[in-house]
Amino acid sequence: MRFTLNGLPVETNAHPMARLLDVLREEQRLTGTKEGCGEGECGACTVLVDGQSVCSCLVPVAQVEGARVTTIEGLHGTHPLQKLFMDEVGAQCGICTPGMVLAALALEDNPVPTLDDVRTALAGNLCRCTGYSAIYRAVLKWRAEADSGPHAAPEQASARHK
Amino acid sequence: MRIATSSLDLRRPATLESALQALRDDARTPIAGATDLYVTLNFGTLEARRFLDLSRLAELRGITERGDTLVIGALASFTALQRSPLVVKRLPMLVEAARLVGGVQIQNRATLGGNIANASPAGDSLPVLAAVDAAIVLRSVDGERRVPMTEFYTGYRASVMRPDELITAVEVPRVEGHQWFRKVGTRAALAISKVVVAGVRDGPRAARFAIGSVAPTVVRARKAEGVLAKGGKIEEAVRALQAEITPIDDLRSTAEYRTAVAGNLLRRFWAETA
Amino acid sequence: MPVTAVGQSVSRKDGIGKATGAAKYADDLTWPGMLHGRTIRSTVPRGRIRAVLFDFDTTGFTIVDHADVPGSNMVDLIERDQPLLAVHEVRHVGEPILLLAHEDKEVLHAARVLVEYEELPPLLDPEGSEQTFKTITIDKGDAAAMAGADLVVEGTYQTGHQEHIYIEPNGVIAVPEDGGITVHGSIQCPFYALKALKALLGPDIPARVVQTETGGGFGGKEEFPSIPAGHAALLAHKSGRPVKIIYDRVEDMVSTTKRHPSIVRHRTGVKRDGTLVAMEVEVILDGGAYVTLSPVVLSRGCIHAAGPYRCDNIRIEGRAVFTNTPPNGAFRGFGAPQTEFAVEVQMERVAEALGMDPVEFRRKNALRAGDTTATGQVLREDCSALAVLDEAVRRTEFARKRTEYEGTDRAIGLSLFYHGAGFTGSGERYLKSRARLEVTPTGVRIATGSTEIGQGTRTMHAQIVADALGVPYESVEVAQPDTKHVVDSGPTVASRTCMVVGKILEECAVEMRSELGKLSPAEYFAKHGAMTVERMYEPPDWIRWDDATYRGDAYATYGWGCDVVELEVDPDTFDVRLLEVTAVQEFGRPIHPALARGQIEGGTVQGLGYALLERVVMRNGAMANAQLTNYTIPTTLDVPEIDVVMLENPYPGGPFGAKGLGELPMDGPAPAVVNALRHLGHDIRAIPATPEMIAASPVAART
Ligand SMILES: Cc1cc2nc3c(=O)[nH]c(=O)nc-3n(C[C@H](O)[C@H](O)[C@H](O)COP(=O)(O)OP(=O)(O)OC[C@H]3O[C@@H](n4cnc5c(N)ncnc54)[C@H](O)[C@@H]3O)c2cc1C
Ligand code: FES
Ligand code: FES
Repeated sequence: MRFTLNGLPVETNAHPMARLLDVLREEQRLTGTKEGCGEGECGACTVLVDGQSVCSCLVPVAQVEGARVTTIEGLHGTHPLQKLFMDEVGAQCGICTPGMVLAALALEDNPVPTLDDVRTALAGNLCRCTGYSAIYRAVLKWRAEADSGPHAAPEQASARHK
Repeated sequence: MRIATSSLDLRRPATLESALQALRDDARTPIAGATDLYVTLNFGTLEARRFLDLSRLAELRGITERGDTLVIGALASFTALQRSPLVVKRLPMLVEAARLVGGVQIQNRATLGGNIANASPAGDSLPVLAAVDAAIVLRSVDGERRVPMTEFYTGYRASVMRPDELITAVEVPRVEGHQWFRKVGTRAALAISKVVVAGVRDGPRAARFAIGSVAPTVVRARKAEGVLAKGGKIEEAVRALQAEITPIDDLRSTAEYRTAVAGNLLRRFWAETA
Repeated sequence: MPVTAVGQSVSRKDGIGKATGAAKYADDLTWPGMLHGRTIRSTVPRGRIRAVLFDFDTTGFTIVDHADVPGSNMVDLIERDQPLLAVHEVRHVGEPILLLAHEDKEVLHAARVLVEYEELPPLLDPEGSEQTFKTITIDKGDAAAMAGADLVVEGTYQTGHQEHIYIEPNGVIAVPEDGGITVHGSIQCPFYALKALKALLGPDIPARVVQTETGGGFGGKEEFPSIPAGHAALLAHKSGRPVKIIYDRVEDMVSTTKRHPSIVRHRTGVKRDGTLVAMEVEVILDGGAYVTLSPVVLSRGCIHAAGPYRCDNIRIEGRAVFTNTPPNGAFRGFGAPQTEFAVEVQMERVAEALGMDPVEFRRKNALRAGDTTATGQVLREDCSALAVLDEAVRRTEFARKRTEYEGTDRAIGLSLFYHGAGFTGSGERYLKSRARLEVTPTGVRIATGSTEIGQGTRTMHAQIVADALGVPYESVEVAQPDTKHVVDSGPTVASRTCMVVGKILEECAVEMRSELGKLSPAEYFAKHGAMTVERMYEPPDWIRWDDATYRGDAYATYGWGCDVVELEVDPDTFDVRLLEVTAVQEFGRPIHPALARGQIEGGTVQGLGYALLERVVMRNGAMANAQLTNYTIPTTLDVPEIDVVMLENPYPGGPFGAKGLGELPMDGPAPAVVNALRHLGHDIRAIPATPEMIAASPVAART
């Protein structure tokens, strides 16, 4: 079974019912996707499937056949949000951070999100360290900066590696 | 994951016909968005081992109008419901319910058909569908049948759906009047409903009201509706409602609380839609 | 000396790895030939083990029970009462009995082990428990002075378990190497784990502990990881292969430590004018089935139990008791959130009984420099109770809102609190913490046992060293805590990492600076080669503490806080919507303002969860809601942004004036929430204050 992972075609030999999370972490060795609960609550396992955020702990890998899957590694460390998460201390222990970053990308086409927009976009991601405020600061700064200048969107970023 | 995938079997039919045939040939558990199924699989509490993936059945995804009827494919996700101009226009309270399901990641995957078939009394779409007299469209190799939402469930996590049937769509007749939805969850997001209500105010004395998480299945509050239709006092309707629900104490709430809140919400609905 | 890094929110030492997914947590690591380990646990709260039966093909499995322990089977902590693997009896649900390892995770999890028990009646009610782990009495003046009070107010307050919910569950990997065992893991205190491993493995098997990136701890990875670390080590020792044990969320919730539930009774005598005459406090903590750190949690809880108030006559009696529930342990705040919840709601009720404004009442009684605490400690200038109270009240326009919200669904309430920094009493003297600084070819390296668990240890230590040494922040490296290469700096707990370990590092840097003369570290290295400076912590010489009588200087210094909560209760559903939360805190001087703010925001939100949402449902001694869907912590939509105010009052005993900060923010939110609910007329005396509880609470007429 094949799918596109971070812009590159991959073939998996995993069982079709294997969780996408396990295929990413164990077979594809992309450990940036984290498991915090295995029940869809924490969002640490968030990845994008065809641009939409999902909890990879609840996705049978068979269902991403032919789809584009983007993990945190697919942002290549170059996405401005990644640096902002560190600078604004939106990451403390960091275990929720990859999922947060990917979930926040849903705001990519919202030029001036309100605080409520950010809250709603991130309601599926739990963070136990930050109390969320620093995460909002990172995301809002990213949108504000994006609004005033061009940057690499994730699809563009991964497109370079296609 | 607590269950060995090697013990599992999955079929992925490309057409509805082959899916229905597979269901008839041997007992299989359908998988839509997997947001209920994989939780139980992860926890090791799911007994099923043979599965049927519905995700390739594009014909079950559509949201269309057929005459006066709004037809929502079983595979429509909660995100799709929120984005559908048809649903926004005709059934705004379903949009509201959809916005309050889980978080974005769950909304992107969870389907309306899964919510219905999963048959949790706390399913957030269920009171909406019960209040608007929706019909559930069931298909098997033998053909199609329609079951009113209010007759779909037979008990706790039990319904009239046969193992060889799939939910293909939900049909919603035209709704006139004010729609009203309220979810009382365990927290502000990612919450399971402790009480969830949907109502339609059809006229000065007419209302349709349904309520979830207060009985083994979603309850259409016929008795309370009857009181109001006869011009009875709202307090009388509240008493009628409280008599037709059977809430319990569980991990998330108490019978006492649920009873009180059910009454409060009926009052609020009646006042706000007056 | 020009200060360049301290006080600035410099770029973090963690680098960008946490945001790119490159940072490696325990479950991200693998070793060739690695097995996966699993723990078979008790399903009954109390019983004798009759038989353990294997209902699976054991080929390819490594199986370990208590008989396989080379050293001592008892976890080496305060008491050696807790077995790593049950022998004949089990005392709580989730107690480890047997360990399995296999190279295939699926085969491992499919293995069925049946344990037969002779079940015994469990003891589940802490009040009914006569088995006491520890009792403490604190006496100041004469509590009999209560007789002279104009008014006596009584109350009983309860708090439930709280689960840490670090988003990364516990995880360790034990690797056989050099004839010994190295454990890598999500561990807050590598030297605690090392001590436990040495006792477990005995003298012939050397042990080493390396901290991996750690996805949150909050106390939950303080003493607890000694158990999974020990388990993995036993499996690795027996199999001769690396063994990884990662708990899934359910296992982590069911079987690991939680915050101690408490029952606190108050009797407070006051004069009509609001002067506190006498306070009697009884503190009961449910310790669970083994001692763990309960005595120390009780100690901190009792010391803080009278709140930040001046009162000449105080008697505090505390006990931590046994029940057949999973042992409770360290959790941010360590007993103080429980007792400060109780005293702050009690004070609100006393003010109410007097018909006095709650702010006036607190202002009158708040501790000032020169006052004595319950243990008789004379406070110095680093006491800021009034300062935080006044700033919070001013900033939130408390008085105006208090009146304005009368008769609406809105309310406002506050709490005044404090938190001792560092180990209690002579604790820091016994600990003999050390820190080391090494000159390297490119600068200096910090080698301490203090762990980074998200709070910013690496960064703030580097800031302190950079400035004390007069070198650029960028040239300071921080070694990963590895017991083979760093020194024991004491545990990363008790708000001591900045104030205590930071202080030793500052002293190391000062000493190194004089050795370097005019040379930079790199120049020194090129010319003379390596240099290391290692120092031990010297607590301030004025500290006097008597462990027998609980009199003296309980802590070198305290942080101070005042939280104000504005909320709205939905009249139909009794849901609480938090409108504004203001946290005014004084913790000396922030070394890194953004990190400090993050500690306050995060701690405050944990406290708000504790106040409103987080309820562990225990059924027959087991957590019945052990899933994130049923044990609910705050999401983005449950909490507002916290308005954080950091008041500065530099503490001369800390590095660059810093005190401890990690735990303080946890103490205030719960009482502030409950006092706001009180303002609405809801008489709540237990947390979490769920909508169910609010609905059922009698609404008294508003005063
Ligand atoms: C974190 C989280 C939060 C959640 N929050 C909410 C919430 O707020 N409100 C709420 O109501 N639910 C919630 N849920 C539950 C779940 O998301 C919904 O019930 C969802 O609608 C299920 O749809 P699905 O497509 O994922 O179903 P699946 O998991 O794929 O299937 C669920 C069940 O339905 C059956 N099934 C699915 N589709 C069909 C069909 N077309 N015909 C016949 N049988 C079918 C399956 O066999 C299975 O038994 C939450 C779940 C998670 C994990
Ligand atoms: S691991 Fe998937 S949501 Fe928590
Ligand atoms: S930074 Fe630790 S959970 Fe979010």
